[in-house]
Amino acid sequence: MSQGRLIPRDRSAHPVAYDPQYKTSVTRSPSLPLLSLESTPTEETGPRFGHSDLGALDHDLIRNWTKGKAEAIGERILVHGRVTDETGRGIPGALVEVWQANAGGRYRHKKDGYLAPLDPNFGGAGRCLSDESGAYAFFTIKPGAYPWPNRGNDWRPAHIHFALSGPCFGQRLITQMYFEGDPLIHRCPIAATVKDRGQLDSLMAPLDMSQARPLDHLAYRFDIVLRGRRQAWFENRPEGM
Amino acid sequence: MVQKLTQWRETPSQTAGPYVHLGLMPTWAGNAGAYEKELGQSPIAEGAKGEVIEIAGQVLDGTGWPLRDALIESWQADAAGRFPGTEGADPAVSGFCRFAIDPESAEFTLRTVKPGAVSLPDGRVQSPHIALWIVARGINMGLQTRIYFEDADRDADPVLSRIEQRDRVETLIAKPQGDGRYRFDIRLQGPGETVFLDM
Ligand SMILES: [Fe+2]
Repeated sequence: MSQGRLIPRDRSAHPVAYDPQYKTSVTRSPSLPLLSLESTPTEETGPRFGHSDLGALDHDLIRNWTKGKAEAIGERILVHGRVTDETGRGIPGALVEVWQANAGGRYRHKKDGYLAPLDPNFGGAGRCLSDESGAYAFFTIKPGAYPWPNRGNDWRPAHIHFALSGPCFGQRLITQMYFEGDPLIHRCPIAATVKDRGQLDSLMAPLDMSQARPLDHLAYRFDIVLRGRRQAWFENRPEGM
Repeated sequence: MVQKLTQWRETPSQTAGPYVHLGLMPTWAGNAGAYEKELGQSPIAEGAKGEVIEIAGQVLDGTGWPLRDALIESWQADAAGRFPGTEGADPAVSGFCRFAIDPESAEFTLRTVKPGAVSLPDGRVQSPHIALWIVARGINMGLQTRIYFEDADRDADPVLSRIEQRDRVETLIAKPQGDGRYRFDIRLQGPGETVFLDM
């Protein structure tokens, strides 16, 4: 059975484009409807990445900025999970790219001017490929919360940004992982752009003591679901029949 | 109770935020050397077949102000209309590029080869096009659109033909400026709003 079209996106699973509480979205959200069509080979193919594209420390944000010479400051954690599609199948070889603030809430980015200091031993970017079963993992430190200009006094909950690439360009997804129990999540206008409560819950990673290593690091689990594809049941059927 | 359908919902999107370059284009963020190899630096390598072109433009918000923090990914077929990774595709075309906005000019530039028309399994033909995916602070879910070319045949394209308001087709068409250069502006909202796709 070969793979068919991508499963159309269920937009109710996603944030609204326009949300006045997240002020920048007001002028950056399309006001006309999206044009919904069946996927084509353009969306069903995509760039492939392999281990030769990655460096040996790319998955280790605790050490990758210093090339292993020194370790970043902060609460040491393993973040791991599985990348699957909407049918539950693991996606092998998915590229998982992450970026985050340091333990004090500061990004190593030329546009971040927050007064919290940079950590000389922390870059804040990492990446890895999922294995045969779709599993991925990386080491990092828990990022700090940080303030941002929006309403009078808005703070981002601790979060890690994720960019996911499966085999299809139409599966591209950028999201953010939050940490279980953070009281800032339910005050955050960006988290609140996801209106479905169960969907917002799915962005909160639980503490996973089964993968924590004694006297070394804690662990959080974050599973990710990308778009799936229909099976091509009756491939030679002409369009629209 | 009926049988239970086991189906997973897609993980919800969240905005890429203003620091997306840190993760995807570290050199642009001021962190050259963070990775030995950055991904998507060019969609073509030396020796790629076809006409090399350069597409430049701005990403404008609903007030007409150009975004400076957007990041765009592109994906395309080679000059013969074959997607990289499929049989017979030009090995010098990766087809994938990541590009950001120049802080001075507020413009992006994509240097690539002009893609060929793509034949679909059902016999229809897609006109030459480049798929784009646009993310930025304030964009809660990446926006899909396509670049088509004014100087290529577009009559039978199955996507363009589905746009009801025919004058909106223009928002997806890059205009030749001579010497292989094209202009393509993206309007997120308001007058001249680009057609965004859900495919
Ligand atoms: Fe952030």
